[in-house]
Amino acid sequence: MPVLALNNVEVIYDQVILVLKGVSLQVPEGGIIALLGANGAGKSTTLKAVSGLLRPERGAVTGGAIEFAGERIDTLPAHAIVRRGIVQVLEGRRIFEHLTTEENLIAGAHTRGDWGAIVGGLDMVYGYFPRLRERRDLKAGYLSGGEQQMLAIGRALMSRPRLMLLDEPSLGLAPRLVEEIFEIIQRLNREEKLTVLLVEQNATMALTIAHHGYVMETGRIVLDGDAATLRENEDIKEFYLGLTEVGSRKSYRDVKHYKRRKRWLS
Amino acid sequence: MDFFALLVVNGLLVGTLYSLIALGFVLIYKATDAINFAQGELVMIAGFFVAALIQLYRVPLAATVAIAVLAMMLLGFGIERVMLRPLIGRPVIAVIMATIGLAAILKGTGPLVWGAETKNLPLPIPEAPFLVNVLDVVVLVSPIQLVAAGVSLAFLAVFGYIFLRSRMGIAMRAVADSQQVAMAMGINVERYFALAWAMAGIVSALGGIIWGNLLGVDVHLALVGLKVFPVVILGGLDSIPGAVVGGLIVGVVEGVAAGYIDPYVGGGTKDFVPYLLMILALMVRPYGIFGKEIIERV
Repeated sequence: MPVLALNNVEVIYDQVILVLKGVSLQVPEGGIIALLGANGAGKSTTLKAVSGLLRPERGAVTGGAIEFAGERIDTLPAHAIVRRGIVQVLEGRRIFEHLTTEENLIAGAHTRGDWGAIVGGLDMVYGYFPRLRERRDLKAGYLSGGEQQMLAIGRALMSRPRLMLLDEPSLGLAPRLVEEIFEIIQRLNREEKLTVLLVEQNATMALTIAHHGYVMETGRIVLDGDAATLRENEDIKEFYLGLTEVGSRKSYRDVKHYKRRKRWLS
Repeated sequence: MDFFALLVVNGLLVGTLYSLIALGFVLIYKATDAINFAQGELVMIAGFFVAALIQLYRVPLAATVAIAVLAMMLLGFGIERVMLRPLIGRPVIAVIMATIGLAAILKGTGPLVWGAETKNLPLPIPEAPFLVNVLDVVVLVSPIQLVAAGVSLAFLAVFGYIFLRSRMGIAMRAVADSQQVAMAMGINVERYFALAWAMAGIVSALGGIIWGNLLGVDVHLALVGLKVFPVVILGGLDSIPGAVVGGLIVGVVEGVAAGYIDPYVGGGTKDFVPYLLMILALMVRPYGIFGKEIIERV
């Protein structure tokens, strides 16, 4: 029984632009699921459809169903969805720049009732991200890129989610930081029983920590399988891991000649 | 020397009143990014309402204040719900035009309902000014201005505290920082928009009572709203401390300028000096003294 199930979901922006053309996917409780795909494939839109954040972008779920823990959530407003235990970490480290680190975290706990829960949450977040404790009184806009990403994840944790939707946590970060952040995501999954739906361009990293993966292209799921199988898939290797069949780095000359992607569209 | 001190002290006292009204403007700008051109008209309508309660319906003062604050709060809620919520996500100009329309509607409603003649708004505060002697500088202060300044400062302090320390304030600032991210954190953004308008309503009620007493109640009461713009541009559009400091500066500068220049030109200095100051401020420091800094990491 999956905790999150998307069934043939369609999303239309501005009442004309069909962005998701029937996406179905399932996230099992306690799993890490990767959602891969090129720019504009509809990965972020899929996450926003789940978290209810399409509305301010003039998008809407126009078909299909999104179920969380057995309940339809595709008509709920964003704040009601957070209360049910889904939180999204938006792409690009969208912290509240003019609030301090700690105020950011407190804002993240908006749906929690009492101060006790907030204090407990702060302790947990600072436990995972000790660097945030050192910066607690600094305006978040002045944090480094890595710290901001940690803050964005920590802030989302403050709502004590069952399911976290992570949109490109590796974006614009140094490789070492990316590794650190992915390690923490893995620990959160194990220790806090956090279910994760992860959107990534960095397919190598994503498939190392994920249990299962989906590949999207132009608004559709074109491929899915467990992470190990996907890592071995020739198409994934070629388009996302940047390897040719012999396992060497690909040269630019080959890129001009690829035709394989078309197979997925039929 | 005494004359100068008198002008400064009176300027400061009037300045706190400007600060109070500017606070309503700042709260709305901060939370909703909307520029509210109807702030002065909100003050005016509150003045009309209070004058009517006291003179027409003979409601005791304490009850009047309570009713007025509550009514203006509800009006704030109503304006947000009916007029501004449908405009969420529309261009800023739509919201600005809507508030200008609101200003005109309010300006018409007051005289329409309660009559256009200037009404008194009596408060049980002695009118005779008294002398204050500080370090041999003697200053004439009127009690109503002192009370008004006290009320304004108290409210500024309360709102400042709510904004900076409470969870509600943190959420409001989060909404101001980024509406989409605030939504992603489970913050009901629309509720905070409504709250900002309700707070502006409360501030307008107090402003209406005090300014109504000082100036008398008619449509010209709305002109105090014009002072809001120099105040907030000077202090910073989105800053509560900025509203306080900007209000005090505008109060003092216009008071002093009027005191020294008016005798030669026959009046009117008060009306243009704040705007002169505003234009200068825009040239030198466009985001104001305390305005939100633009954070850039290098």
